[in-house]
Amino acid sequence: MSSRPPEPSLAPAGAPEKARLGIWTFLATEVLLFGGLFTAYTVFRIAHPAQFHSDYLQLNRLFGALNTVVLICSSLSVAIGIAAIRQGKERALQRCLIITLLLAAAFLGIKYLEWSDHFAHGIYPRTSIFFALYYTMTGLHALHVMAGMGALTTMLVLARRGKFSAEYSTPVEITGIYWHFVDLVWIYLFPLLYLIG
Amino acid sequence: MTERAAAVPLADRGYLTERGFRAWATTLDHKRIGVMYLFTTLFFFLVGGLFAIVIRLKLMTPGPGFISDHTYNVFFTIHGALMIFIFVIPAIPSSLGNFFIPLLIGARDVAFPRLNLFSYWLFVAGICVVFGSLLNPMDTGWTFYAPYSTRTAAAVTVLAFGLFMTGMSTILTGLNFVVTIHKLRAPGMTWYRMPLFIWAMYATSIINVLATPVIGITFLLLAAERLFGIGFFDPAKGGDPLLFQHFFWFYSHPVVYVMILPAMGIISEVIPVFARKPIFGYKAIAYSALAIAFISFLVWGHHMFVSGMSTVAGVIFSFLTFFVAVPTGIKIFNWIATLYKGSIHLDSPMLYALTFIFHFIIGGLTGMFLGALGTDVHVHDTYFLVGHFHYTIMGGTIMGLFAGLHYWFPKMTGRLLDELRAKLAWLFIIVGFNVTFFPMFILGYLGMPRRYAEYPPRFQTLHIVSTVGSWVLTIGIAIMFLNFLRCMRKGQPAPANPWRALTLEWQTASPPATDNFETIPTVTTWPYGYGKKGDAGE
Amino acid sequence: MAAYRIYFVVWGGLVLLTGLTLAVSYVNLGLGNVAVALLIASAKASLVALYFMHLRHETRLVIAFALFPLFFLSLIIGGTLLDTMFR
Repeated sequence: MSSRPPEPSLAPAGAPEKARLGIWTFLATEVLLFGGLFTAYTVFRIAHPAQFHSDYLQLNRLFGALNTVVLICSSLSVAIGIAAIRQGKERALQRCLIITLLLAAAFLGIKYLEWSDHFAHGIYPRTSIFFALYYTMTGLHALHVMAGMGALTTMLVLARRGKFSAEYSTPVEITGIYWHFVDLVWIYLFPLLYLIG
Repeated sequence: MTERAAAVPLADRGYLTERGFRAWATTLDHKRIGVMYLFTTLFFFLVGGLFAIVIRLKLMTPGPGFISDHTYNVFFTIHGALMIFIFVIPAIPSSLGNFFIPLLIGARDVAFPRLNLFSYWLFVAGICVVFGSLLNPMDTGWTFYAPYSTRTAAAVTVLAFGLFMTGMSTILTGLNFVVTIHKLRAPGMTWYRMPLFIWAMYATSIINVLATPVIGITFLLLAAERLFGIGFFDPAKGGDPLLFQHFFWFYSHPVVYVMILPAMGIISEVIPVFARKPIFGYKAIAYSALAIAFISFLVWGHHMFVSGMSTVAGVIFSFLTFFVAVPTGIKIFNWIATLYKGSIHLDSPMLYALTFIFHFIIGGLTGMFLGALGTDVHVHDTYFLVGHFHYTIMGGTIMGLFAGLHYWFPKMTGRLLDELRAKLAWLFIIVGFNVTFFPMFILGYLGMPRRYAEYPPRFQTLHIVSTVGSWVLTIGIAIMFLNFLRCMRKGQPAPANPWRALTLEWQTASPPATDNFETIPTVTTWPYGYGKKGDAGE
Repeated sequence: MAAYRIYFVVWGGLVLLTGLTLAVSYVNLGLGNVAVALLIASAKASLVALYFMHLRHETRLVIAFALFPLFFLSLIIGGTLLDTMFR
């Protein structure tokens, strides 16, 4: 049933298919959770194009781009960590997890700076529909980042206890897929909010 | 005391051997978790029922009654929210599904047992939060329509978080079932050898996984709207109240199929066993479950015909709604064709199964009236809708649940039910149910709006009939539950396969051992071959 | 190091695309901006899904699980627009 890739880099198999199906099913629910917000975004963008246009210009797109790069880097470090543990390199995995956590924290830090800057300028969620969407979408995403950090921290603790090896890396693999998904959502939020409001 | 002495102890208590709170609360056994769900949901069925009885008592008089109008609003909201979110949605999937999916597919447990236990406790925690909202109870109706729900003084936010948690639990259970059905089937159990209950549960789980997050985000937005004063649903702030309804029904319409599909699965199991015939049209029934699940996502707009939705959307949603009737009709015809020339045994599970078909035909056909754009304008938000809904959910889903409970009681407890009492309860229930809810169709057609505490005196006669019916129904349900409680302890020990059924759960002991099967069976045929060999397609 | 090279290549691609989408946003293309931004976002998302999330090497079942919800996402957006666009 499960035909693993020929590339030696990805052997051995990583997580069993049962676990992969589980996480992808969970991500399906996440897609539809954010789906509600994407629907609201579409509806309101069509209903209030002028307001969206004037509001989105108040966001700093360089901050958005910087955060995108931060998240992309964190995805890279998770991916490398997983590739490392598949070869049994436990220390490399731990280092990658620490880097990922630091990048995640940096992401939240930048987000915090942005939000506090908005607040300083008197921009609140109730200011307009656009900012209501902006705060809700980035806020829900930030909650997912925090949840991901919780999972990554757990993985780090387990990795330090030597729970993972080339033979057994399922929880790390699953956490990795979840973390990439958090990145994926941001990849869409960035243009929707910062670039094409 | 003499009667207690007469109760025969079970030779082998199977999965029930370990006793005590800890053994239950921390169990990873899908059967125990299923039983815990069953007790929890049935308890809230009784609580929700109490509210219904009070509502019916109030409606005996057209004028102000013994409860204030606000209390009345609160009561029907609690009745609806409890019954829908805490009883009907999890009732069959989380309880009987948890207990029987692994048994029916020949597995030792679900795919993620820890997650399963977590789901249960998340569910319980969610219920606790929901009850926290009773300090300032809801008066919005179970649909929480914005913008009223964003303005009312009631504890909407608390309730929303509680239901978010129970919804999360439903999602995780659905996820567990999907993976279980894909990966843990016994050797030889191909898709076409799966019992139809599994097909139904698979379709149900897909809906749970894909629709529930949308109600999750709806509740989050509703909470955000109240907490931070944003205006997604408030037209005064540029929002769109209909957006709430779109979100709500994108979830809640598929979810009525979450309620009915598992019941249909149970009926598909019970009918061939008690007609002693291979099920007619196995593949058609199996695929119609998936078709219902799929179409259910296309029709949510039919709840909004009179909400100010665009005419284009109204026409399209009305058109699509009629497609639901096709797979549903396929199922009904196949069950009836299975009965044809069968050797029918009218044991209690079969009585409830036939009652399901009877009620569901009425509930389904009146649904067509409501789905048609033109007639809906006339009967929308009247007792016609209340009648339709209770015929499908109470008369359908809950009869299916009762059929399943009577059918699987020997397997779950290792004891037989008292058939005579079961049939007596059935008699009260079918009479009481129809006397309660049939007049509602007439009331609604005459123009009695739903959710009103007071009404014109000309409707009083039918309301009184309905209320008297609710008493008969209550007596029937009381007899049934007392029968369950009594036979759980004192019933005759059950053989492994009292109904001579062919599905796998009956091929192991009653009650099953903790790991279900001594050796995992190898499946060589479909489970409905009464007197006929071969699989569905052969 | 060979095991990690592909990830660095993908990472480079993602950073480049981020720069590109940022640059395009300063050019006024009207509705074209929306199309370009979403196209680039989808290209990036595909890279992440295919390489970082290993969808490229997945079984068909898992791929189906990954793509399935997108259809329902389009349903909720489409169905709602059916109302709001024609009201």
